[in-house]
Amino acid sequence: MSQTRLEKRFADLRAEGRGGLVTFLTAGDPDYDTSLEIVKGLPEAGADVIELGMPFSDPMADGPAIQASSLRALRKGMTLKKTLELVKSFREDNQDTPIILMGYYNPVYIYGVDAFLKDAKEVGVDGFIIVDLPPEHDDEFCMPALEQGLHFIRLTTPTTVGERLPKVLNNTSGFVYYVSILGITGTGTASQDNIKQAVTRIKAGTDLPVAVGFGIRTPEQAASIAQVADASVVGSAIIDKLKENLDDDNRAKPGLSQAVLEYVRTLSKGVRDART
Amino acid sequence: MKTPNSYMNGPDERGHFGIFGGRFVAETLMPLILEVEQAYNAAKADPSFQKDYDYYAKHYVGRPSPLYFAERLTEKCDGAKIYFKRDELNHTGSHKANNVLGQILLARRMGKKRIIAETGAGQHGVATATFCALFDLPCVVYMGATDIARQAPNVFRMKLLGAEVIAVESGTGTLKDAMNDALRDWVANVEETFYIIGTAAGPHPYPVMVRDFQSIIGREAKEQMLEAEGRLPDQLVACIGGGSNAIGLFHPFLDDKDVAITGVEAAGHGVSTDKHAASLTGGKPGVLHGNRTFLLQDDDGQILDAHSISAGLDYPGIGPEHSWLHDIGRVNYASATDTEALEAFQLLSKIEGIIPALEPAHALAHVLKIAPKMDKDKILLMNLCGRGDKDIFTVADALGVTI
Repeated sequence: MSQTRLEKRFADLRAEGRGGLVTFLTAGDPDYDTSLEIVKGLPEAGADVIELGMPFSDPMADGPAIQASSLRALRKGMTLKKTLELVKSFREDNQDTPIILMGYYNPVYIYGVDAFLKDAKEVGVDGFIIVDLPPEHDDEFCMPALEQGLHFIRLTTPTTVGERLPKVLNNTSGFVYYVSILGITGTGTASQDNIKQAVTRIKAGTDLPVAVGFGIRTPEQAASIAQVADASVVGSAIIDKLKENLDDDNRAKPGLSQAVLEYVRTLSKGVRDART
Repeated sequence: MKTPNSYMNGPDERGHFGIFGGRFVAETLMPLILEVEQAYNAAKADPSFQKDYDYYAKHYVGRPSPLYFAERLTEKCDGAKIYFKRDELNHTGSHKANNVLGQILLARRMGKKRIIAETGAGQHGVATATFCALFDLPCVVYMGATDIARQAPNVFRMKLLGAEVIAVESGTGTLKDAMNDALRDWVANVEETFYIIGTAAGPHPYPVMVRDFQSIIGREAKEQMLEAEGRLPDQLVACIGGGSNAIGLFHPFLDDKDVAITGVEAAGHGVSTDKHAASLTGGKPGVLHGNRTFLLQDDDGQILDAHSISAGLDYPGIGPEHSWLHDIGRVNYASATDTEALEAFQLLSKIEGIIPALEPAHALAHVLKIAPKMDKDKILLMNLCGRGDKDIFTVADALGVTI
C-alpha cells in the first residue's frame, strides 16, 4: 500500500531531521467560520499535523480549557457533520497536512460507524483518536477504521506498562500518542527526562513515531519534547490563547485568528529550532 | 456452574450484558480497572471478605432490613397485598450503604489510601463519607452545584463526617457532571485512589460489583417473603435512576418466571416533554461513563440534561443490566412524574407514618396505579430504598410551604 498522508508527513520530518508540531483545536470553537479560518492558516503557521476535536457534551478526559471549548462549539450549533464539512473546506486548499479527529465515541456511534468512516474518508480525514475506546473495544471502531485505510492512533500513558504496552501498541497506526502525565488535558507538565524514558520504552515496542502531549504550554517546552520525541502536541495552551481573544459573550474579537496563528508560529519556531 | 436459560449469568467476561455494558474508558484508567476486577474476583472467592461484609452489614448498617406488610396502604388500594422492603432503615438512610460497604472493604484489600465518589441526592455521598469516617480514609465527594443547592442537609452531613465536598460547576451541575469530574480526579490520582461508584453503572466490573453488593436486598426479601407468605411475590416494583436499588431487589428473582418485575423511571414533567429522566422510555443506546446503555441524547450524540424532582434519579443514563433486561423484555419499565411522586410521598407519610425519599416515592406512585387493579390474593413487593428526611425542603418548596 502506498504511503498515507500521515506516514509521509512523519517521513518528511525524519528526513528534515526535526521533530513535528501537532496542534489541537476544537472544531467549531468559537464558531464555525472563525474555526475554519484558523484551521486553514495552521499549515502556514507551522502545524505539521492538525488535530481537531469533535465537540462532546461530556469530555471526561479533558481539563477545563477543552471542556469549555467543546461547550462553546456546541452552543454555536457545532455537530459531527459540520466537523466533517470543516475538514472538507480545509482540504479544498490543502492536500498535504494530515488531519486527525479526536474525541469521544458516542457522537461517532450515533452517527453510525460505517457511515462516519465513509464520510470522513471522503472529506480527507487521515485518522482518529477516540479517547474512550481502549484495545478491549477494538472491534467497535479501530478495526473498521483500519480496514478503510484510516489511522487509529492510540493514547499510551504512564500507566501503560508491562503487558499492557504491547496490547495498546497492537493495531495502533500512524503514530503513538504518549500522554505524559497522569491526569486530564491542560494540567501538569512532565520533565524531559521522564518523557525521554517513556519514549524509549514505547519505541522498544514499535516502529511508529511517538508524539507527546498533555501539559505542553510554551515554545520552550514544545522544543524540549521535540528533542526526545517525534512530535509535540499542544492543545489547551492554544485554546487558552483563543479564549483570550473572546469577548464576554464568547464571540471572537477582531484579530482572534491572527493571534492564535501567531502563537502557533512561536511554537513551531521552538520545535524547528530544537534540533539545529 | 452456570445453568442455561438463566437471566442471572451476565455479564460476560468483557462486562457485556447483550450489547450493553463494556469498559469504554481512557487508557490511563484501564490498568486500574483491570486490577479492580481481579481484586474483586479474588475477594468474592475469599470467605474472610464475605465475613467482614456480613459483620458490618449486621452490626453497623443494621441488616437484615425488615420486610413490612403495609396494611393500611393495602386497605386503601383495595387490591394486592403491599409489602415494603425497608432499606430506608439502613444506617445512613438508604440502600447505598450496602454497596459502599462492599467497595470500601475492597479498596482496603487493594491498599488504596484515598476514596472518591460522585453523588446526586447526596445519599451515596453520605454513605461513602460515613464508611470513610469508620475506616479512617480521606474522602472526596463530587457533587453538582445545582444538587448542592437542593440537598443542603446532605452536604452538611458529609462535611460533619469529615468528607471534602467539591462543587461541580461544569455542565449543568448535576449527577452526570459530578461523575465526569470524579473520573477526571481518578485519572489524575489513579495510583492511590479508589473510586466508589454509587450506582450499577460505569465501566465493568462496576455494574456487576454494585449489583452483587445490592443483591443482599433481593436475597433477604426472598427469604423473608417465604417466611411471611410461604411463597414468592407476584410483582416487584422499584425506582430507577442508575438503578442500583432496583437491580439489587430484582436480580435474585430474575429466574423466577412467575414474578413480574417493574422498574419505575422518573418522568419529571412528563416523558413527552424535554424535562424528564426516563432513559429507557425516552432515550436510545449510546456510550457514556464507561458503558453502553440507554441515554438521553440528541441526534448528534450529545448527552441531554435529565430532569427530576428527585436529585437521585436525575441522571441521563441507566445501568447497563437494566438496558439489557428492557431489551429482552424480562423487566417492564414504567415511569412516574414529579407530581405523582409528590402525591405518593405525602400519602405514605400520612397513611403509614413513613416519610419516603422522593426516589422510592416514584416506585410508590406506580404501586398506587397497579395495586388497586390486582386481585386481593396477589402480593406486591416494593423496595422502599431511602427515607425522606433529606427531601423535606424540596417537598416544602414544591408544595409552596415555607419551613
